[in-house]
Order: sequence, then structure tokens, then C-alpha cells
Amino acid sequence: MNTLNQIFVITLMNLRNLPARKASSMVIVVGIAGVVTVMIAILSMAQGFEATLRGAGQADRAIVIRAGSDSEMGSSVPVDAARLIETMPGLARIDGNPLVAGETYVIADIKKRANDSDANMPMRGVEPESFEIRNEVKIVEGRNFQFGRFELIAGVKAANQFQGIELGSQLSIRGAKWQVVGLFESDGSIHESEVWVDNAILVAELNRGWGYSSMIARLDSALDLEVLGNAMEADPQLETKAVRESAYYNEQATGITSLITNFGYWVAAIMAIGAIFGALNTMYSAVSTRSVEIATLRALGFSPIPVVISVLVESIILALLGGALGSAIAYSVFNGYTASTMGATFSQVSFDFAVTRGLMVQGIIWSCLLGLVGGLFPSVAAARQPITVALRGL
Amino acid sequence: MKYLGLIWSALYRKPLRSFLTLASIFVAFLLFGLLQSVSVAFSEGVDFSGVDRLIIAPKYSIIDPLPEKHAMAISTIAGVELVSHRSWFGGVYQDTNQFFPRWPVPPESFLAMYPEYLLTEAEKAAFIQTRTGAIIGRPLAETYNLKLGDKIPLIGDIWPNKDNTAWEFDLVGIYDVADESVETDQMFMNFEFFDEYRQWSQGTVGNIVAKIKDPDDSAAIALEIDRLFANSSDETKTTTEKAYNQMFANQIGDIGLIMTSILSAVFFTILLLTGNTMAQAIRERIPELAILKTIGFSNTSVLMIVLCEALLIALVGSLPGLMLAAALLAKFSQSISVFNGVELSALIVAQGVGLALLMAVIVGLPPAVRAMRLNIVDALGDH
Repeated sequence: MNTLNQIFVITLMNLRNLPARKASSMVIVVGIAGVVTVMIAILSMAQGFEATLRGAGQADRAIVIRAGSDSEMGSSVPVDAARLIETMPGLARIDGNPLVAGETYVIADIKKRANDSDANMPMRGVEPESFEIRNEVKIVEGRNFQFGRFELIAGVKAANQFQGIELGSQLSIRGAKWQVVGLFESDGSIHESEVWVDNAILVAELNRGWGYSSMIARLDSALDLEVLGNAMEADPQLETKAVRESAYYNEQATGITSLITNFGYWVAAIMAIGAIFGALNTMYSAVSTRSVEIATLRALGFSPIPVVISVLVESIILALLGGALGSAIAYSVFNGYTASTMGATFSQVSFDFAVTRGLMVQGIIWSCLLGLVGGLFPSVAAARQPITVALRGL
Repeated sequence: MKYLGLIWSALYRKPLRSFLTLASIFVAFLLFGLLQSVSVAFSEGVDFSGVDRLIIAPKYSIIDPLPEKHAMAISTIAGVELVSHRSWFGGVYQDTNQFFPRWPVPPESFLAMYPEYLLTEAEKAAFIQTRTGAIIGRPLAETYNLKLGDKIPLIGDIWPNKDNTAWEFDLVGIYDVADESVETDQMFMNFEFFDEYRQWSQGTVGNIVAKIKDPDDSAAIALEIDRLFANSSDETKTTTEKAYNQMFANQIGDIGLIMTSILSAVFFTILLLTGNTMAQAIRERIPELAILKTIGFSNTSVLMIVLCEALLIALVGSLPGLMLAAALLAKFSQSISVFNGVELSALIVAQGVGLALLMAVIVGLPPAVRAMRLNIVDALGDH
């Protein structure tokens, strides 16, 4: 019999009597399913957070902020600077009107539904052009607010998260009462965690006569960022800079995403060590209960290599079962699960976990590796058993 | 403990399996210790707050300014011992990834308010007297290799200075902390210099801290403070420092809660599986237990031997796991941000030991009872 044939026969024999070792085999499956579930769950949180922020950024849009600042919250753009920027090259125009809008970005303490505790609800004052520029924003319930009135529209995630955001209700923000007239979506991006109102009214409420937080602009094309940036730099009066929107939100996503990702890998690594111990235990006992059987095969003339491989295959198959189970659990429990946390500007960001295909593949690969390590030593031990000693066990 | 020899030989029967079982219990309790500590910190906030301190924050949002003169008014309220304030500087050091909180504070009242930051008398005096003075925690100084007298340049992303240049602070003190739960990754600098040199918002602060004589009065004094500024253009919201920190912890909250609930589920899975292996090890030896009974061991002795074996494995595996968790937290509580200010509390150790004992009983009891009730003839006949 050639080696391949031997491997096939012995492996099949092992797998056939797996049901007899159900309880101990479950240790591998469940242990590795646990590792994979946790790893995917934590990483899917990072992915979901990142996707929510990155989803807001488009390459052909620019955010204009004060030169020294790195977020809308800490930025300010004076009104006269804003009027100047509207005349600059590189901006997309409709009928000669530039697609640029001044916005105000602040937070307000509103109680969360989940724990009745004050949290920083982000609030954006927008201008009519904002809707033209951010064309992914769609009203899904109610209607848009009317400029000049104390009306607001809320992102669907903000509405889920904060108390008092219901269509038709009045929300008290910063001492003023705002009528909730509509809910909007924005392709799942971070804006869905915000509440939008008329910028002019918000500025008056805040006593911020001096200007905007930032401006949002649609570029003529993605390549025109430099044109706009150069024009700003050429003007000594201006203390502003133009940042590509996609780069802006990448930057905002980085810190928390890498924190969660690192945490996920660390925890998964420690758990993997635990799972390997469990797998080793199982495979050693699987080998030891079959020591007579293995010795008989060896006495019949089977070579050690097929024995090694058969044990490895068994361990890897069990691990793969665990990996598949873990991925399935992670997908069914966590995909789309909504959570919220404090983002880079202290404001609450609500996001959905994203169990992507990439993560599931990664989980399966991990499980394979764990199975390999868990099976390697026991398989070698099985093959190296002296035949006569093992047979005496009969 | 005259049966120790017997228990030992039972464990030594298959040393590899015993070792692997111990190792998985070890890992499970290591994870338990680490994550339970992080979880407590997430859900309750790192507890470096004093019970006798109140935080007076702007009513509507943390980004609103409060007039500095509010502090003066608050200090006249009966029961208030000391008033200080702090502002959020933000800022960029080296690059945006090198973030640590920076707070302009009035040095004198700050030092009196927070005795948990330990500085030498000379450093304290230098902090009070140096206009551009700043102090940082020792771990931060080590991370960035900063020494007394060094300049710390910061870009003011929220607060540009009047010359529109980078801010420069002189490092005049490196503080230690009185106990490990105090955060050390913060920088404090002289408010007066910050206030004069920034481009706008002179005379305003982020929030005001008041120390009160009797913590029992905190609710009444908090109400009185808020009433003092009610209907002014700068209304306030006063809470205890603990409640204020809790509010922040809640905002990060969700993530911590999710992580730890996933992980506790997994911890129990590991225990379940390990328990399964332990129970199997005992079941395999039932004929041997029958022999023990044949040679005269009483039913209770057999029960105790089996239970003690389970207890021994559980404790020998879990205690070092918890100890390593404590050691790791102590080592990294200052340098890894997730672990900042987190410590393994006595309560968590007790929970861990309790879980280990519970696991030993759940795992050990059924086979132990079976061994106790064993009919010698049947058990020997199985062989």
C-alpha cells in the first residue's frame, strides 16, 4: 500500500470512530468556537466603528477648518473668511453658485435611553447648500426642517439613542425647545448620530455671531483639493485649511479603531493559548485511548507518517468545525448589533458591528492554526510509541 | 491531609493531562482577573474621585465656557472649603497619536485640592511661581524621555495663542501618585499664562472644582451652587466628582459592557470544558477507587479524596492566574491606556477564588458521590 492510501485509510478510520469520543472532541470544537467568536466579535466592533466614520468621508468633498485645529469641534471659521472662501477656485458650482456651506458643530447634554445618563449629543447647524453637498442624506420619516424655525431633524441612530427624539415631540436643547419634524439616514455614516438644525438659529442661540465651526464644500473634482488649498494659502488674511473629507474621517477613526483592534487581538491570543491547552489535552487522550489500535496498525506494517497525519487531520477537522461554529455565532449574534461610544470629539457615535467576510475567513484561518498546533505534538507522540509497550496495554 | 500522597499520585498518573488542565484553568483565571478589572473600571469609572469634591460644570454641554468669577462666588458658600478649576487644553504633542489629557489649572489651589499628586516642595514652589510651568506624571516623563527643565511644545488645536505659534511649557515637576488608582497620564499647566496668551475666551474655565467640609452636605451645597447661577447666562450643573466621572464612563460604556459580557461568556466556556476533562480523569479511575474501598477506605474518605483532587487542581490553577493578572495590571496600569488606573481589587480576587471553588465542587462532586456509592464488586468487575 502506498503512503497516500495508508493516510486515507487511517484517517477515515479515525473519523469514523469520532462519535465514540464525542464528549472529549467537543472540548476542541467548543473551545475554538469560543476563541473565534470573541475575536470576530471584538474586531467586528472595530470594523463597524471604522466603517461608520469612513462612510461619511468622500474624496470629492472638503472640510474647511481653522489651520491649527484638527476637528470641527475645535475649529472656527469667521463669517468674512467664509464669504471669501465661497469665491475660490476648485469648488463645484451650480448656476454659478458655489456648493459650499458653513456649518456649526456643537454637543449638548441629552439623556440616553439606555442608562438615563447625560451624554454628548452632537448637533450640527446646516445651511441649505449642506443638503446639496451631502446628497447621501435622505429623510426617511416626517419631513425636512424649515429654515428659520426651531425645528430639527435627527439621524436615525441619534433618535434611537437619545431620550425625547420622537417625531412630533419637542426636544429641549440648551434651554430652547425644538420641534422634531423628521428622521434621516446617511448610508449608515456618522451623521446618523447627529441632530441637524438651521445654522442661523443655532448660531444665534449660542451667541456665536463670529462665524461657523467649519465649512463643507463639494469640489469640482477630487483633484481640485490642491487648487482650493493653494488659493487659501495664497491669501494671508485666511487662517483656514481644506482637508479632504475622507482623510478627515480616517483620522478621526484611527485612534479608537486601533485601540479596539489591539485589544481584540490580545484577548484572542490569550484565549487561543487556553484553547490550545484544551485541544492538546483532548488529542493526547484521543491518542492514548487508541494506543493499542495504533500499535496494531504499526505492527501490521503501516508507517508512522500516516498515523501522524491522521491525528493531525482529525484535530484540524474538529478545529474547523469550531471555527465555523464560532463564525456562525459571531455573525448571527453580532452582525448589525448597534452600540455607541464617545468618539474623537467627545460626541456620541452610534455604530453597527460589521461581521465581514474577511473577518470570518480570518476566524477560520485561526481555527485551522489552532487545530494544527493542538494536534501536532499528540500526533508525533502517537507515532513514536514503541509498538511492544503499547500492545502490552491490551 | 494524610491522603495528600494519594491525591498526588492521582494527578501524577497522567502528568501531561494534569499539567494541561492546570494550564487552561490558569489562562481562564488570568483572563478573568484582567477583564473583570477592566470591566469594573468601564462600568463604574476609575475611582480616583474624592467624596468631598464637587464638579461644577456648564449646564448644557461640556464645551461651553464658565466664567472664572463663578469660582469666587462659590467660595463664599458656607461649607465650601476650597475652590479650584480646570480647562480642557486639547493640543497636539509631536503628532496626533501622542495624546494625553492636558489641563490648565491654577497651581496653588490645584495642589491643595488634589493632594494625591505627589511633588517635592521645590517642585510645588516652582509650579506655583513659573508662569509657563507644567507638571506631568512620571510614566509620561519616561515615555517621552522628558526631564525637569525641558520645554514641552504643544500645538493649540482648540486654543491658538496670540502669536499663532506653538505653545511652549517648561517642565517644572514630575509627579508620582499616592495610590495606583490615580491617573498619571495627565499634564497640568499654569492657567494664568494660558489665559493671558490664548486668542479668545479670556476669563473663562472648563469646570470648577469645589472641596466641601462635610461630604454629607454635598447634595445641599450642589443645589445651592446651581441656584446661585440659575437664570444667569452661565447656568451650572453640579455633581459629585464620582458622579461626573461616572457620566463620562457611561459614555464610553457600551463598548466596555459588550467586551466584558462576551468575555465572561467565554470564561465560563473554558471552565466548562476544563471541568469536563477533570471529570473524565476521575471517571477513568473508578476501578482504582473500588480497590481503595476494598482495602478498607471508608465511603467518606473516598468522597473527600476525589473532592480534594478537584479542589487542588482548581486552586493551583486559578491562584497563579489571578496573581499574574494582578502583576500585569500593576505593571501596565500606568503605560497601557486600556489599563490606566485599573487594579485587581480584593473583591475580584475573592470572586475568582469563589468561582474556582464552585468549579471544583461542580466538577468533582458527581464523580465523588459516584465513587462513594460505588459497589465494589461491580466496579472491579468493569475492569
